[in-house]
Amino acid sequence: MTAPVPTGAAGFLARYEGLKDHLPGARKPWLNTLRADAAVHFAARGFPTRRVEQWKYTDLAPVAQAHFAEPLTMVEGALALPVPNAAHRAVFVDGRFRPDLSALEGLPFRAVGLAQHLNDAETFLGSLAKPESEPLAALNTMLFEDGLFIDVPDGVDGGLLELVSITVDPGRPFAFHPRHLFRLGAGASLTLIETATGRGQCLHNPVFEIDVAEGATLTHGRMLQEEATVFHLSTIYATIAGGGTYDNFTVAAGPRLTRNEIHAALTGPKAACHMNGAQMAADGQHVDTTTALDHAAPDCASRQTYKTVLAGRARGVFQGKILVRREAQKTDGYQMNQALLLSEDAEIDSKPQLEIYADDVKCSHGATVGALDADSLFYLRARGIPESQAKAMLVEAFLHEAVETVSDETLRGALTRALDAWWSRQGQAA
Amino acid sequence: MLRIEGLTAEIDGKEILKGIDLEVPTGEVHAIMGPNGSGKSTLSYVLSGREGYEVTGGSATLDGVDILAMEPEERAAAGLFLAFQYPVELPGVGNVTFLRTALNAIRKGRGESELDAMQFLKLARERMKALSMPEDMLKRGVNVGFSGGEKKRNEILQMALLQPSMAILDETDSGLDIDALKIVSDGVNAMRGPNFSALVITHYQRLLDYIVPDRVHVLMQGRIVKSGGPELAQELEAQGYGAVQNAA
Repeated sequence: MTAPVPTGAAGFLARYEGLKDHLPGARKPWLNTLRADAAVHFAARGFPTRRVEQWKYTDLAPVAQAHFAEPLTMVEGALALPVPNAAHRAVFVDGRFRPDLSALEGLPFRAVGLAQHLNDAETFLGSLAKPESEPLAALNTMLFEDGLFIDVPDGVDGGLLELVSITVDPGRPFAFHPRHLFRLGAGASLTLIETATGRGQCLHNPVFEIDVAEGATLTHGRMLQEEATVFHLSTIYATIAGGGTYDNFTVAAGPRLTRNEIHAALTGPKAACHMNGAQMAADGQHVDTTTALDHAAPDCASRQTYKTVLAGRARGVFQGKILVRREAQKTDGYQMNQALLLSEDAEIDSKPQLEIYADDVKCSHGATVGALDADSLFYLRARGIPESQAKAMLVEAFLHEAVETVSDETLRGALTRALDAWWSRQGQAA
Repeated sequence: MLRIEGLTAEIDGKEILKGIDLEVPTGEVHAIMGPNGSGKSTLSYVLSGREGYEVTGGSATLDGVDILAMEPEERAAAGLFLAFQYPVELPGVGNVTFLRTALNAIRKGRGESELDAMQFLKLARERMKALSMPEDMLKRGVNVGFSGGEKKRNEILQMALLQPSMAILDETDSGLDIDALKIVSDGVNAMRGPNFSALVITHYQRLLDYIVPDRVHVLMQGRIVKSGGPELAQELEAQGYGAVQNAA
């Protein structure tokens, strides 16, 4: 038997050529243009290699060399959904919206599957993503089939909505590229709790375009908990207008390779962006958080705290760029990333990057890397607590510190459970 | 009863304990006094099982059981307790979680049932009241933001909850004002009884005015050089360690 042919960039491009007349919105010229342009960009660059600065520490070769089929069949019937955190949820299976599994009635705003509502997305879709800079966004634009389209009108409190993404193992590797669009009108608010679970060898390559208007607040909690056979590469583009807030908290714990890439732009005075998270990896896994924050307006605040826990031969990456433009006076920026290495074979690469062109700003960043503190461990053990339990307490304390910044209680509870679930899996593996 | 015989130990290849012989019978409180660098803290760490100390000879048994071969948590379960000279701060670990986890681990080791949250809180509140500890210390991270005195009181609270049969108090008086010293001493004295022994390690005689020992031992250069009744502490205070050394 011969090994399956790697799909690679050429394979995805061929797939686009073959599918372009059948993809959702194939009769819409504006979308055809968007996809065709993205294909040109993707053809020019292909999958990024480690020679590309933004991918220096994360090797996409396993993705580029894998063989992926498209998810051609719809999975019918009941599925094991994660325990709900919210009354309202939008469920996607293998990247496709499933109204039959979703619960969206009674929401005070519109939340729909993108494939069926592309007409309404014309001005928004593609307005924030940059396929010319990020090849994965180009790949997504070229091949996306569906996604969640949210539009919260001015002044509306949207409450809590859950976004569930599930993959079902079809017995062969496959790739899917959801495109999610979230728009919050002036003064609107929404808490979105996203859970990605699933199995099988797949590439989950979502792109988010998020528009937070004046005075609006989006709290976006993400739990990337797919199994260790999954490649999860997500790219978020968020723009936050004056007085608006985008609050992102991401737990990445599960996939074989996770890239959590966030581009956020603060475009009006007194806008705020909080990007926090905890990423964990064990033997053979790779987690990467890459943020790019653009302070483009005065009096804005940004806060970033990321925690990384690595066991076995895991690799972790944190790259955080903060750009403070000349006009962004009185910027208040803070970035911290802390890594806990539970084995001598684990490795973290950490790269903060500050580019400041305004002269009246407060910007600080810090990074720590270390093992579990021997004195703390001895203190707990001297009180009768067994070593494994003492270690667990210290790791949980390290991770929970990050979650303490989350003010939404439902979200905090969900995130805490996600962290604990990862840690208890480690305990069973050890 | 704690029995130490010919105990030698080194750290980084340097011999610190050079043959300690000591017996603390059940129900008694003994004090170990000695100048800086005499090996007092090393003795407490070797007995409680801290990493980095290598026992090169001799033995230490608690109620006839060899403790030197045990893990630190096993020693705690066997009834040994070390009140730390410098209690560790544990950000993110709630004091109440820590205390309850420790107590239940010890109870499990003793074959007793674990306490649920309500039972535990009731017990903890009682013990805290006796130590004049504000209740919000339960909610905070372990020793995080605690003053020196609060940290030491937290050590005594742990002792009061875990009910060890043998406590080692390592310079528990350091950094305490007279009021805190009194509270801490009362906490220790309240534990005294036929089933409790303690080894009180201190540099100064002051603590021994409050916790009156049955015996006093002088540790110098890794050896017990003199033993006596409580009056020995006063002698040391009056004449200094130099006089003992010269006489020894």
